[in-house]
Amino acid sequence: MAAEATLAVGSAPLSAAAVSQSSDRKRTLQRVLNPLLIAGGIVILLLTLFVVIYPLVSPYNPRDPDFLQPTFAPSSWAHPLGTDNFGRDTLTRLAYGGRTDILIGLAATSVTLVVGTVLGLMAGYYGGWFDNILMRLVDFFLTMPYLVLVIAIVAILGTGVWNIVYAIWIVGWVAYARIVRAETLVASRLEYVEAARVVGMGEFRIMLRHILPNVISAAIVFAMADIVLNVLVTSSLSFLGLGEQPPNPEWGLMVAEARDFFLRDWRLMTYPGIAVLILGAGFGLLGDGLAQALRPKS
Amino acid sequence: MTAYVMRRLAYMIPVFLLISLFVFMMVRLVPGDPATIMLGQRATPENVAALRQKLHLDAPLWVQYGTFVGNMLRGDLGDSLRQQRPVMDILGERLPATLFLVAYAGILSVLLSAPLATVAALRRGTWVDQVVRLYVLLALAMPAYWIGMMLLQFFAVKSHIFPVAGYGEGFFGHLESLFLPALSMALAVSSILIRSLRNSIIETMGADYVRTARAKGLGGRSVFTWHVLRNSAMATATILAVNLAFMVGGTVIIESIFAIPGIGSLIVKAIFDRDYPIIQGVTLAVGIMVLFINLATDLSYAVLDPRIKY
Repeated sequence: MAAEATLAVGSAPLSAAAVSQSSDRKRTLQRVLNPLLIAGGIVILLLTLFVVIYPLVSPYNPRDPDFLQPTFAPSSWAHPLGTDNFGRDTLTRLAYGGRTDILIGLAATSVTLVVGTVLGLMAGYYGGWFDNILMRLVDFFLTMPYLVLVIAIVAILGTGVWNIVYAIWIVGWVAYARIVRAETLVASRLEYVEAARVVGMGEFRIMLRHILPNVISAAIVFAMADIVLNVLVTSSLSFLGLGEQPPNPEWGLMVAEARDFFLRDWRLMTYPGIAVLILGAGFGLLGDGLAQALRPKS
Repeated sequence: MTAYVMRRLAYMIPVFLLISLFVFMMVRLVPGDPATIMLGQRATPENVAALRQKLHLDAPLWVQYGTFVGNMLRGDLGDSLRQQRPVMDILGERLPATLFLVAYAGILSVLLSAPLATVAALRRGTWVDQVVRLYVLLALAMPAYWIGMMLLQFFAVKSHIFPVAGYGEGFFGHLESLFLPALSMALAVSSILIRSLRNSIIETMGADYVRTARAKGLGGRSVFTWHVLRNSAMATATILAVNLAFMVGGTVIIESIFAIPGIGSLIVKAIFDRDYPIIQGVTLAVGIMVLFINLATDLSYAVLDPRIKY
């Protein structure tokens, strides 16, 4: 665009072209580093720092009952969020629980993102029988509610957080495959992909170098919502008793355990829910921000 | 229209077969002999032999699958291990509560989102819009089990405004008993609906035919109701349908919290009991429910949009 401007008005306004180029770059930078992205990034960064660092500095054990500490203690310097029915420090348990939830969310989502993207890319590029079979599978997986599928698979594999991750691996790739396939169908008809083919580039290279960069942003934006979904699924199953087991801390399980003590101390149930809410809101903002940043300028 | 419905039903067959295949494979993937697993404590040698014969467990897998589908189409899903009676009967008793809950939650989510999306779109960019945006962000991230428990504790256990558990008697009893559970499920979905409806209202308000309607002198409210809202509702109806399926999944958690005798709480209990015929039955019932929700959505387009002819 800068070059065109220079051509159109001759050589004199070279500096004007430079200015327009720099304001163009500034606008791109504004779009990429938008407030949503920054806000979401900060929330997730702080949350990550909390779950990584706090367990290292906290003197308390998140699992064993602590008979030296008061039970249901109010907030204090020693226990910023108080203690639970076993005298365990709530903030420490939240941090350890967050480790589990965030780790599971990342472990589940990263695999489905990669597998779904690869399968969607191949289905969209090659078409034919592979595409047909894959899409019938996708129809099936998308017909069944995600949570019911995961629960049904956990019923086969047995309870436990890692079995939830395996269940998510089995069903979670579907959404990515569908998104990436649709984007690939569009991208593989683009002129430069045709050009690459005419030049005689290998199919693998075309897919990887020319199509993937065009289709991956939609998958990454979706992944931000998907991480939240997977954390919700994991904590929901733990809440039901099918995931993490006591005395291990996990946000959903902590809500379930606080059930019997609600009238005595409502905070025990409130904090873990707020933790999930912060995680969800953070990735939500991050997803919206990424959608804005990765969208081709219009 | 009839032809379209028939075609649509035919399209459901491959997906239905995949659902049944998944349900069929569930028991076979659990380590051990399917007949022994399905009989549980009743697995005496005679019973096992009889069930092996009935399910053709000595035949190749595809024959077994054929038998399974045949039995299923005749309404035979086997017997519950725990309750020792047909799974089909139990599903029949449990389905109404779940259907009521999902429909109720669907209606609540629309009642929540239509006004919020409308004010956000009409007051776009103002603080009202920002507040709605915050609601959208938080409602989506809110775990259903958490908000369900909080509502239960505050409004039922502590202040006795609503019943603590169960399904209630009669239509109005259901409405009262299921209000908190339906609300817990409606919140997350309303967030998705508001987002879509707000954007499509804004888009539609800029459309030519809306300007024409204004130019010919129609009042603001009537333009909004008949030209903007009706067209925006189309896009949102699809999203609501997709999310009704999501809500069917949510019943698993919500029914367990509020002790509602539906199929959601049934499958959770069945997992702890290792009652595989029930797990299979619920999975199948959920799949069929969603297939019909999708069918109903496609047909409802015809009602909402006269341009679509079948």
